[in-house]
Amino acid sequence: MRQRSTFLFTTLAFGYAFLYLPIVILMVYSFNDSRIQSVWNGFSLRWYASLLDNAQVIDAALLSLQIALISATIATVLGTLAGLSMTHMGRFKGRLLFTGLIAAPLIMPEVITGLSLLLVFVSTEQLIGWPESRGTMTIIIAHITFSMAFVAVIVQSRLSTVDKSLEEAAMDLGGRPYRVAIDVTLPLIAPAMVAGWLLAFTLSLDDLVIASFVSGPGANTLPMVIFSKVKLGVAPDINALATLIITVIGIGVVIAGFVMQRRERARITEYQATR
Amino acid sequence: MDASEIGTMTIPMNEKIDNLLDDATTGNARLGNRHDSNAQPFIRIENLSKEFDGVTVVDSVNLDIYRGELFAILGGSGCGKTTLLRLLAGFETPSTGRVIIDGIDMTGLPPYQRPVNMMVQSYAVFPHMTVEKNVAYGLKKDGVDKTQIGEQVSQMLSLVQLSGYETRKPHQLSGGQLQRVALARALVKKPKVLLLDEPLAALDKKLRERTQFELMNIQDQLGITFVVVTHDQEEAMNLATRIAVMDDGRFVQTGTPTHVYEYPTNRFVADFVGTTNMFEGTVSRIADEHLLIDTVDFGDIKASPTPGTNVGNQVWLAVRPEKITISKESITSETTTCIKGVVTDLGYYGNRTIYRVTTETSAVIEISAQNQFRASEPILDSEDEVFVSWDLNSGIVLKE
Repeated sequence: MRQRSTFLFTTLAFGYAFLYLPIVILMVYSFNDSRIQSVWNGFSLRWYASLLDNAQVIDAALLSLQIALISATIATVLGTLAGLSMTHMGRFKGRLLFTGLIAAPLIMPEVITGLSLLLVFVSTEQLIGWPESRGTMTIIIAHITFSMAFVAVIVQSRLSTVDKSLEEAAMDLGGRPYRVAIDVTLPLIAPAMVAGWLLAFTLSLDDLVIASFVSGPGANTLPMVIFSKVKLGVAPDINALATLIITVIGIGVVIAGFVMQRRERARITEYQATR
Repeated sequence: MDASEIGTMTIPMNEKIDNLLDDATTGNARLGNRHDSNAQPFIRIENLSKEFDGVTVVDSVNLDIYRGELFAILGGSGCGKTTLLRLLAGFETPSTGRVIIDGIDMTGLPPYQRPVNMMVQSYAVFPHMTVEKNVAYGLKKDGVDKTQIGEQVSQMLSLVQLSGYETRKPHQLSGGQLQRVALARALVKKPKVLLLDEPLAALDKKLRERTQFELMNIQDQLGITFVVVTHDQEEAMNLATRIAVMDDGRFVQTGTPTHVYEYPTNRFVADFVGTTNMFEGTVSRIADEHLLIDTVDFGDIKASPTPGTNVGNQVWLAVRPEKITISKESITSETTTCIKGVVTDLGYYGNRTIYRVTTETSAVIEISAQNQFRASEPILDSEDEVFVSWDLNSGIVLKE
């Protein structure tokens, strides 16, 4: 018994080391005073200070945040509508096909999504003169297209657990279908919408490949800037930036997890109460 | 008599049921108020059918329900009773036929435009709203004035004995309380008709019995027409002024609880409502005061004269277990059927005992005997030789 637990502990330690050692090293070196990565020269916050002076990185971070906020919000609206209509259409021929088509962008290679979107933008520019140039707008549109699929799938799975008789009861009490959606359906799927929004936000913040395809001159998102900088050798201020991002995301994940756990617990007691 | 003619009742039986109804009206004020024979039907269901993918779930149903009635639709699972209720509420559109409520054709109207509210089996109380908000929802949708809403909601909550629970969330309530929230939410809109789908099925036995009486009292106070769907025949008989027994999408019999129980018109109703001993046979002789049935198991048995039967007809004689006497001595009389047998099973229920007696022809007869006197030992035991007997008027002759 004792031996087995040592074995389990070792595998566990290796697993987590494999996952998190690179990140820990990166975070530790962001506090390194030396310019050379591999030499530890004492603790310092100078790279964080230099990050604040780096207008290129700050601008890119702000742009990324802006794109993520807008695209996540629009994707949540569209994805929720898609999820709602898919579950409320009832049975029709080819329903499974359409459900599959909504989820397809989830497994589509990013390179292909990016390339196809670029082709769309180029051809619409030639046909109707829009978009005049590629940039922030095209990145937002591209991000909406792929993150919408994620929102739709999350909302749809939540909707399938919502008791249909609740919507019927609201309609029976005099609610017109659109009022029922606002009064009953939306509050019940709100957690899924929040989860979908968060996912869309992170996906957008994270995306390098698709943004690179559809971006134009002047619109550089944070991942694009980091990637181009790293090509010239890893600068220590990027370590500082990465540490900041990880910290922010880490806090976000912990809060989201906490909220979801509480909601789940409430849901379980709710469920048991109605039995 | 209009009301009880619906269904498959034969005309010559009317007299008997008229007497029965008179008895019932004098003995039961609740039923008397409701059963105005000259009234116009409040709900009229005309030739209503519903098909799902080629399967007929509700099959050309015709029914009149009168104002203030507590009408029960009784049937097993899958008989189409819930679909019929959903057709009334407007959640399903009929394949053919019409629904008319208070003189207005409801066919094709969506649920939110019908003066009808429905309470479903799961209660469907909105989990994200407080009790108060749940009850107020329907009034808000009707655009009722805010102070009015508050007043009516608190009135309704006190009617269902939920005062003080206004700010509770549904997950803090018990099953019985949820049921009352759902009831209050539907009733506060003062619908012309309240539809209840298995309203008490989710409650435990004691609570169910108490709630049955509460439902009847509330209905009495508000005078709203109730249509209840249930699979529980005791619930239907206790609650309803009239019952429609449904099987395979059709109404097989409609009438007062006593009428349905004591005068079933076919084998399905006799068997589904309560328990029945059924003996197959052919009519062998028709006399003035009785007819003789040559049964498969016991030879000739006397039964009360039944109009419409002829010599040679295949019939079934149905006898309710509580109408059979069990004794150690044989009972002989002109009008009594007495059969010898052995007690093979007995079930003691406290207030009554169920005996299963196997006869010499190995037919099994079920008898329910009231335990009227206290006794420390059962009077009859397994393997006892007994005589079972019943009066010829206790048997019901069924032709289908």
